[in-house]
Amino acid sequence: MDRIGVALVRLGIGRDHYRVAPGLYALGEPDAQSPVLVTCNFKLTFDQLRRELAGRPFWLLVVETYGINVWCAAGKRSFSAEEVAGRVRAAGLDKIVTHRDLILPQLAAPGVAVRKLPKLCGFSGVFGPVRAEDLPTFLDAGMQAGPEMRKVRFPLRERLTVALVEVHVARKFMAWALAACLFIAFLGPGGFSLTGVLGAGFAAFGTVVAGFLTGVFLVPAFLRQIPVKAFAAKGLLAGSLTGLALAVLLGRAWPEGAAALMACAAFASWFAMHYTGSTPFTSLSGVDREMRRYMPLQGALLVLAAILWLTWAWWGDTVMGGLS
Amino acid sequence: MKEFRHLENIVTLEYYREKCVGCGACSTVCPHGVFDQDSGTALLMDRDGCMECGACALNCPTQAISVRSGVGCAKAIFYGWLSAIPFLRRLFVPDACSS
Ligand code: SF4
Ligand code: SF4
Repeated sequence: MDRIGVALVRLGIGRDHYRVAPGLYALGEPDAQSPVLVTCNFKLTFDQLRRELAGRPFWLLVVETYGINVWCAAGKRSFSAEEVAGRVRAAGLDKIVTHRDLILPQLAAPGVAVRKLPKLCGFSGVFGPVRAEDLPTFLDAGMQAGPEMRKVRFPLRERLTVALVEVHVARKFMAWALAACLFIAFLGPGGFSLTGVLGAGFAAFGTVVAGFLTGVFLVPAFLRQIPVKAFAAKGLLAGSLTGLALAVLLGRAWPEGAAALMACAAFASWFAMHYTGSTPFTSLSGVDREMRRYMPLQGALLVLAAILWLTWAWWGDTVMGGLS
Repeated sequence: MKEFRHLENIVTLEYYREKCVGCGACSTVCPHGVFDQDSGTALLMDRDGCMECGACALNCPTQAISVRSGVGCAKAIFYGWLSAIPFLRRLFVPDACSS
């Protein structure tokens, strides 16, 4: 799937370098009988198709999806029957090939009502397999895809590659989180000295980063092993463990450790919940339910962590003094 | 997906068998094998496996399937909520997908 490409693009520079001009492309010297494949104008998808079908003559009709991959473009309805038909007509495809078949990527189906195509452009559409690597088999079998070719998968490597997208997406959030950590540190835990504030602020930010890494890498890596269904709950569980490890490692007083644990769990839960957007199996209703259930809990944990951290800074000595 | 499951009993997918003409489109387009075909009609095999992509409903010729489809992105949902608040409407667009 081209999600890996998405990750690379998101990490790379401008998206404009990753667009292909829409239109008809001739690959491997096709003739009037060669198959016509339809795809998005995301460059990495285009390149992947060329690679998988190297040595075979075929026509590639590229539609305008604004540099977005097939799945997301179909979800946003920019990859639609109308768009495909428009490109077929603009390319004069009926004068170039003698057959009247278009092969569309299956993942375009949320946007393309294939039965509308004959009326719109005189061509009928067939959905090809989910993965480009299955295209040769599909073509050799006379445009037949078995049930396994029709199902999405989500192997470990892909789970971690799409996590890189999250790293990119979280940049701004991280900057704000660092500012917030420094501000709270300035309110007390930093001991009112510059080095103190920086030390405490960055330690707190370390907790946020630990929560992030847990939610975005650890949870996806152990997606099947963590024994709860909701991603937010998976994050909560995994985040508590990393938080605990962090607290033990830092070896601070227990209220600070407890604050670190709570904050880490809250952030891991939040980021694991956001990771749902990168998976090919969570539904809108499911994610909506998770958010309504777990966001209040995440917020409460975070506020509690901040209060604990501050109170400990303000009155920790008195408490300890009183005890001894 | 058999390998990974999300929450149960939550999807908005509905199948009206009496309208089905057995064209098989739903089984073809679904990336999760939610529908199967048997003696001229579609069978709803795995409702909880549905990710609400909307491909089946869009490609069904007789509207035998309905589903509320949309971007299952936490960020998009969150922005959708924020954009419902009058003042914040100017800052957030509901369809803010990152990719
Ligand atoms: S909405 Fe998508 S995932 Fe759900 S049954 Fe239809 S095609 Fe399958
Ligand atoms: S797409 Fe509609 S009519 Fe065709 S088999 Fe599925 S439910 Fe039946």
